[in-house]
Amino acid sequence: MLQIQGCEGDFVKKKDLLSIRKLKTYFFTYEGVVKALENVDLDIYPGETFGLIGETGCGKSITALSVMRLIQEPPGKIIDGQILFKGEDLLKKSEEEMQKIRGNEISMIFQEPMTALNPVYTVGDQIVEVLLLHKKFLGLSIRDIPKYNLLKRRKIKKKIYQEAFKEAIEALRLVQISDPEKVAKQYPHELSGGMRQRAMIAMMLACDPSLLIADEPTTALDVTVQAQILELMKELQKRKNTAIWLITHNLGIVAEMCDRVGVMYAGYIVEMGVTEKIFDNPDHPYTRGLMGAIPKITEEKEQLEIIPGTVPNLIYPPPGCRFHPRCKYAIDKCKQSPPPLVEVEKDHFVACHRYEEVKHSVVVKRERKA
Amino acid sequence: MIKSKKLEEFTKKHESKIKDIKHMLYLFRRSLLSMMGLILVLFVLLVAVFAPLLASQHPSFVEVTSERGTKRIEERWSINFDEKLLPPNSNHLFGTDDYGRDIFSMVVYGARTSLKICLLVVIVSTIIGVVLGSIAGYFGGKIDEIIMRVTDIFLSIPGLILALAVASALGRSIEHVMEALIFVWWPPYARIIRGQILSVRENQYVEAARSIGASSWRVLFKHVVPNSFSPLLVQITLDLGAVLLVAAGLSFIGVGATPGTAEWGLMISTGRMHMFHAWWYVTFPGLAIFITVLGFNLLGDGIRDVTDPRLRR
Amino acid sequence: MKTWEYIVRRLLLLIPVLLGVTIITFVVSHVIPADPAMAFAGGPKAQPETIERIRSELHLDEPVIVQYFYYLNDLVHLNLGKSYLENRPVTDCIAQYFPATFELTIFAMLITVPVGIIGGIISAIKRDKPIDHITRFIAIVGYSLPIFWLALILQYLFAYQIPIFPLEGRLPIGISSPPSFTGLYVIDSLLSGDFVKFGQSIYHLIMPAFTLGFATLALILRMTRSSMLETLGMDYIRTARAKGLPEKEVIYKHALRNALVPTVTVIGLQFGALLAGAVLTETIFNWPGMGRFAASAVLALDFNSVMGFTIIVAIIYVTANLVVDLLYGILDPRVRLE
Repeated sequence: MLQIQGCEGDFVKKKDLLSIRKLKTYFFTYEGVVKALENVDLDIYPGETFGLIGETGCGKSITALSVMRLIQEPPGKIIDGQILFKGEDLLKKSEEEMQKIRGNEISMIFQEPMTALNPVYTVGDQIVEVLLLHKKFLGLSIRDIPKYNLLKRRKIKKKIYQEAFKEAIEALRLVQISDPEKVAKQYPHELSGGMRQRAMIAMMLACDPSLLIADEPTTALDVTVQAQILELMKELQKRKNTAIWLITHNLGIVAEMCDRVGVMYAGYIVEMGVTEKIFDNPDHPYTRGLMGAIPKITEEKEQLEIIPGTVPNLIYPPPGCRFHPRCKYAIDKCKQSPPPLVEVEKDHFVACHRYEEVKHSVVVKRERKA
Repeated sequence: MIKSKKLEEFTKKHESKIKDIKHMLYLFRRSLLSMMGLILVLFVLLVAVFAPLLASQHPSFVEVTSERGTKRIEERWSINFDEKLLPPNSNHLFGTDDYGRDIFSMVVYGARTSLKICLLVVIVSTIIGVVLGSIAGYFGGKIDEIIMRVTDIFLSIPGLILALAVASALGRSIEHVMEALIFVWWPPYARIIRGQILSVRENQYVEAARSIGASSWRVLFKHVVPNSFSPLLVQITLDLGAVLLVAAGLSFIGVGATPGTAEWGLMISTGRMHMFHAWWYVTFPGLAIFITVLGFNLLGDGIRDVTDPRLRR
Repeated sequence: MKTWEYIVRRLLLLIPVLLGVTIITFVVSHVIPADPAMAFAGGPKAQPETIERIRSELHLDEPVIVQYFYYLNDLVHLNLGKSYLENRPVTDCIAQYFPATFELTIFAMLITVPVGIIGGIISAIKRDKPIDHITRFIAIVGYSLPIFWLALILQYLFAYQIPIFPLEGRLPIGISSPPSFTGLYVIDSLLSGDFVKFGQSIYHLIMPAFTLGFATLALILRMTRSSMLETLGMDYIRTARAKGLPEKEVIYKHALRNALVPTVTVIGLQFGALLAGAVLTETIFNWPGMGRFAASAVLALDFNSVMGFTIIVAIIYVTANLVVDLLYGILDPRVRLE
């Protein structure tokens, strides 16, 4: 059983912001049941940047969507598990309660800024929408206007809208969009990819959520724009003390941005811990493979290490540990039972039966420039 | 030995395509409505082919010379006033009409007429449309503009109405109706082919192929033909139904089949006069049209659903 | 403003299209017939003198281009020739019969468009559930039925066997029409305060409008359904949900507006189908509109009227599609700004 003790550290508080335990999400398709998430365990601490890495298709996005309860009911379904957010289990909440949380306490931005904004409404209107959903203006929520006559109600609604629009402009200013008044009145297709992503961030941070989930936020952008967006996110995090859950397959970004990292493979977490530890001294065979596959300028090698084999079919996943067919340390036990995620050191979790032996075999050392 | 090897090579070369086709057939078989469409269409086809065996009365074909000296072939049915306007019974499954002719036989032979019209119109329209669309797509520029403007203009007049005008300009006969319908129906095909050519042109693998020296004709041909196959097939199938409806409508108004021909639309038109005391006269030909068009629509929909690239696994 | 530019641009595009239409109608009326003079004179049975007279009146011995310019000239002066059938100018006939067709068509649209759209939305939301299958089946039956046959069946069943609805006409026999403000009986009877006639005119509109619109209803339903399904799979719908929007608002505020764009196109195209269907429907329900006029004209070999009808319909259809294009601009800002 997994027991996570509260950790002391300069950036970590004792209480977890988000705790996922044994999350199981399956998809029921014509071809079979896709067991996308099988016992996912992870923790995110308040105010930190948590990176979730793994190959495409390993379930990173699905984990995030499960937390937000945005999994499409047919064909998907969250079968089992616990998602504790600020102490409460999100899986036990009603749809209305979740609607109060989405965009408000937990926000999510997506990969393709090109298509993530509705093309028929202005940027400003879309930000105002989220503000009006969750915040009060002039002391009133737009849904609870007292029962005056129609004309008066319309006047009040208009005033509330204007106040919210002002705040939307400020939100755009905060994401370093110059001339936010103009941009707020523009339509998404009039903006560049980078600006659209900034607008998305503005929209999703407008209500000051405690957790921002960023699913491959920069993958669809140019490299220079990528850097800007990441900088921006770091800035905003500092300012608002939002926790950021960054999902990506780009290890470089993770190394730069993240305090802690979770490594995912085929629907479960194989290793989780502080970034430096995971990168310099990984303990799980898969993580090792990942790190070994990175070309490093300070190392000399004949060939890049590759992880043999391919990602498993999640309709018929390998029994036991899902990584065992590709693992050079695999033994019979690995075929029989899936390894639990165990805290092997302070704030370092590994899911491997043969953790001890793996740890003591040759470690890929990274040379660092001082 | 050599033969089976060639077959092996062929299968391997087109392996993914064969797999695709198999998957499409599988999806098609699973769709109840699509299968129903196929069955209905085959049923009507069989009825048309085996008309002489199914019908109890048969028409004769007479050559007629009009006042202007043109020769035409007209369909004649034998008249029997004793049996006029009988309700459906064991001798006459669908009853008889005002001239005592067996409606069942007329409906059955009508299938021949109708299918003949549909197939001819659609095939010729397709050919014209494909040719014009290819020219437009291949040459581009001004030629493309002109051809596209022309299709736009043709599509600005509702089909039935334009066909009505053309048919009345030409004179009353089934052949003229077919010509009128061809006149009206080619634009969508031109558009489809042109669209395919344009999208293939913009495709990067065409550039890649040309950069290794393939000639543009060959490249276009190789890519446009397989890609256009399914949208064309869908359009053709759906149009077979649409043309039938318009052709029957025109016959109903009085521009199509000459009186005495066993054509479904015409029968409904005559039947209308006797509707209240002989309901069968109107009902059965109409039912025939409905079943045929329904079959084509279901089939066309089925093919479209199955070949829609977005629905591929 | 950008919107004005868009409107003006679309209006300007109208001109070449209309010109093209006149070329087609010219070709159909003057070039296609073996002997246009005979066609205009009323067919092979016309008097030779009449045929010759028409031949010189219409300048049919001159080169084709010249003929076309005479033709265009006539059109611009609203001269569509004389109706053989009714012995008066074609323009008069059409002006008289137009309101009835207009009323029928508008009524048909009023019934079918809302029902089609709402049905399509429900079908999309409840995808693959029984209601979806039923709606889709009704839709496919709807546009497989021959209009004229449907009209006859409905007449037989509901005006004869179980007489709920009137058999034909715009008003009961012997009842005079309301004073003519718009030519639309429904509005005219309201304006003149005659509620009995108001009720009667609506009552008489129901079956013809339903028959005329059934196929359109089917197509709108299908298009809305598939468009909604496609829209609901878009990324921005996921974003809208991620903001915490209640599902109802996601559907009606975010999805619908995007999904309506293709539906509006279909509605515009269907307008032409409605005009065509009117020819058949009006004939069967004895509705005194342009369609019935055209059908009678065809039978009477009144070529002028047939061609006049064709041109008018083309103009109406092109205008309707222009309106649709403008509506596009309102719905989808991307179109405006291109």
